[in-house]
Amino acid sequence: MSSDEVTIEVDGVSIQGRKGQMLIELTDQAGIYIPRFCYHKKLSIAANCRMCLVEMERAPKPVPACATPVADGMKVFTRSPKAIDAQQGTMEFLLINHPLDCPICDQGGECELQDLALGFGQDASRYDERKRIVPDPDLGSLVATDMTRCIHCTRCVRFGEEVAGVRELGATGRGEFMSIGTYVEHALTSEVAGNVIDLCPVGALTAKPSRYTARPWELTEQPTLAPHDGWGTHIATHVRGGRVMRVVPRDAEAFNETWISDRDRFSYTAIGAPDRLLSPMIREDGRWRTVDWGTALHAAADGLRQIPPDTLGILASASATVEEYFLLRRLAEHLGCRNLDHRLGLADTTGQEQAGSFPDLGLPIAAWERVDAALIVGSDLRREIPLLHLRLRKAGLRGAKLSVINPLDGDFRFPILVDRRAKDLAEELAALALAVSELTGQAVPVALSAAVQGVDVQQAHVRIAESLAQGQRSGLLVGQLALEQRGAGTLLALAGFIAEATHSAFGTLPAGGNTAGAWLCGIVPHRGIGGVAAPIAGQSAAQLLGGGMQGFLTFGVEPEVEAADPAAATAALAGARFGVALTAYATDTLKSTAHVLLPIGTFFESAGSLVARDGTWLSFEGCAQPLGESRPGWKVLRVLGNQLGVAGFDYADCREVTEAARVAIGEIKPFAPQWHHAGAWERPLLPALQRLGPLGLYGADALVRRAPALQASPEGQRAGVLHIHSADAARAGLRTGEMAIVKQAQQSVRLTWVADDTLAPGCLWWPAGLLNAPVGGARFGAVEIVPGPAG
Amino acid sequence: MNAVARQIGDFFKTFLLWELVIGLSVTARELFAPKVTVLYPEEKTPQSPRFRGLHALRRYANGEERCIACKLCEAVCPALAITIESEMRADGTRRTTRYDIDLFKCIYCGFCEEACPVDSIVETRLYEYHFEQRGENIMTKDKLLAIGDKYEESIARDRAADAPYS
Repeated sequence: MSSDEVTIEVDGVSIQGRKGQMLIELTDQAGIYIPRFCYHKKLSIAANCRMCLVEMERAPKPVPACATPVADGMKVFTRSPKAIDAQQGTMEFLLINHPLDCPICDQGGECELQDLALGFGQDASRYDERKRIVPDPDLGSLVATDMTRCIHCTRCVRFGEEVAGVRELGATGRGEFMSIGTYVEHALTSEVAGNVIDLCPVGALTAKPSRYTARPWELTEQPTLAPHDGWGTHIATHVRGGRVMRVVPRDAEAFNETWISDRDRFSYTAIGAPDRLLSPMIREDGRWRTVDWGTALHAAADGLRQIPPDTLGILASASATVEEYFLLRRLAEHLGCRNLDHRLGLADTTGQEQAGSFPDLGLPIAAWERVDAALIVGSDLRREIPLLHLRLRKAGLRGAKLSVINPLDGDFRFPILVDRRAKDLAEELAALALAVSELTGQAVPVALSAAVQGVDVQQAHVRIAESLAQGQRSGLLVGQLALEQRGAGTLLALAGFIAEATHSAFGTLPAGGNTAGAWLCGIVPHRGIGGVAAPIAGQSAAQLLGGGMQGFLTFGVEPEVEAADPAAATAALAGARFGVALTAYATDTLKSTAHVLLPIGTFFESAGSLVARDGTWLSFEGCAQPLGESRPGWKVLRVLGNQLGVAGFDYADCREVTEAARVAIGEIKPFAPQWHHAGAWERPLLPALQRLGPLGLYGADALVRRAPALQASPEGQRAGVLHIHSADAARAGLRTGEMAIVKQAQQSVRLTWVADDTLAPGCLWWPAGLLNAPVGGARFGAVEIVPGPAG
Repeated sequence: MNAVARQIGDFFKTFLLWELVIGLSVTARELFAPKVTVLYPEEKTPQSPRFRGLHALRRYANGEERCIACKLCEAVCPALAITIESEMRADGTRRTTRYDIDLFKCIYCGFCEEACPVDSIVETRLYEYHFEQRGENIMTKDKLLAIGDKYEESIARDRAADAPYS
């Protein structure tokens, strides 16, 4: 027995533990339950609820189990008369001011206070004075408040402070006058604020979208995964009568710990959106007609057969399941079509042959919280992958040296070593590459010699290079703001060299919930199933949506908001002779361009598999009944394949497809990207005023952009407003109170604007991905601004 | 001795129809005793204030419906006769959008009434009702509230009468 191992005795049972562990951790491991409210395994210890009082031998008073470190030979009694007396006393105090509104409380039935009052409280109350009333602050569209019910455990306050890094909730007042609120009333802005709903042990903080709609005992819990960011986030849907009523997290240390982002939690509200496609439709003589499945599939197969395969474009969502990708790939191979892609947001795919087997993270998901140095390039991380930001925040708080090269302020909640704000990411990376080369003695590869010409290495670059080179576990992440730009290949080649020379893990963060699955199933024009290179590359999404398609088959995509150039994409779709769209939502663009609409289920209504960003294969079952006539995507593809006569397409069950896909893909072996080893990269020429048009937090996919509660949140509202640097605004002659007219190619859009000096000069933040706001042209293209009349 | 006397007694009873005389004597006695038969529907038996008949949803004196959609009655119902859907009403209160009781399933156990924290769902004294169409067996929220409104006086009187014992 080593010196820091201790043995304690709890209720006569001896338990082994480590010195410094808290008593409650040991009893939890041993399966002995001690009541608690304020203690949470992922938060700091507050010891302010006093519910976990237990009797300890030779201690004059009961001690709180959550704040008592264990010592060798300690004897603890959790159910002795003294302990029970202490617990009952605490419970009596807690109930003095707690209202008896359990029948209308959403927490009723799953409330920790209810359960503990039953298990550890007294039968009747001795209190008949008036109870206190606390006003409810309005915390926005996601979290409902009933602060009279609050028992001041401060879990929500500690979550904001410690985990999210956004100190929005706090306690004011003392004793009976203590209340939890936002000081100045405002809606919660954190992208993970919804976690306070799960943390709250009582009904003080509950989910607003599902308020008063169901009671816990009538809900069935169905485990599934969140489809929005490829983080392998484990969630559970609570289903009643085939309908998803709410979403809660599941514990998964390797992926999401216990947290989920707000879009994972509330995207289910879009399942029954008003534009949901409920039955198959075909267009005849310009009129849409609702038909049965047989007719629609027949029409789709007939039309697809008549399109020359070279001019057919197949576009899939970046958040579909592996099974759907696999069937789509087989279907494309049968049709002889090589033009298939899921990377709608990429304007420039130069050098795609040198990419790795899939956009890897370089490290397992959980390992990102243990890096000791990292560089983030071109990523609005909090809006791209909120949970990766939480992991990096943990690393940063432990002392990791984190640096950022970004065209905008990501408002990261961790200490930043070097924060470079730059429009020209290539120039910054080139300077960093030179600094790294100097430091490590590794020559800049020939392929990059043109790209590093004529850049100044500054002290900041040397400091970033040093931090990466000195780190034992360092990492480099390239985000959407870099990947979706023209000239992304140069950025990737430079970053690839920097990562290699400094022995850093190299991760790319493309948009989508299953990009790894898409690459592995060959939903890219230059690769086949399993990542093998295709003999002849087809056309990428950018090329297809640039025009010239005679026919298209789309799967769950909305090119009019998701494409690299939404305006051009809409025109390209309209130019096609025949189009089939497998979609959950009948958008105006699809209705005006497609000829057959086949309703598929959303992610919640279909079984399938995802490959997380670190290559972990995760399968899940469907949890809701598909609405109307819609069917899970894999079933529709299977029957469409039958109609087209694809051999061996007789899968009866989703798991058969999973098995077939697994066999075809083989073992997932990530191979490293080779961008910097070939080609001749040059720094791209940037326009005078460049648009930064990421899909944004609440524009990420079809579900999220239809979720009313998310769109009503401050982040959803913020996305509809143009952000521009004040110097650029002055140059364009914009005056406060006026609107801005944004010109892009043939597009001209009038928008409200705000000056935002956290942007790099020459950049303009105008996210796409929203349905109710103008989307404009190229998302990372040149823009021109002129003042427009107000109002 | 006794056995011999019983045998002689039985011998005479077999042909003197003694049992018939005993039986008819009951008839003769009841013929002149006071009658308890109730001539329904002209006459009705008295009811306990706890009588469990047709259901009703009550309102407060100000006209506000009592039901707060806590769904305890739905949960306690042993026959699964109650179906409730709820939402937040415009004024922020918790209300039902649907409150159905299937009278074909209901076993009139009164658990719903006992579970209700606000005395909203009650069983009234009504027992004379019938259905002519399929579907009429589903008591909707509107029908239940209408019954509550119509018989509120008797419902309230019955609750008051039973209050000392509950």
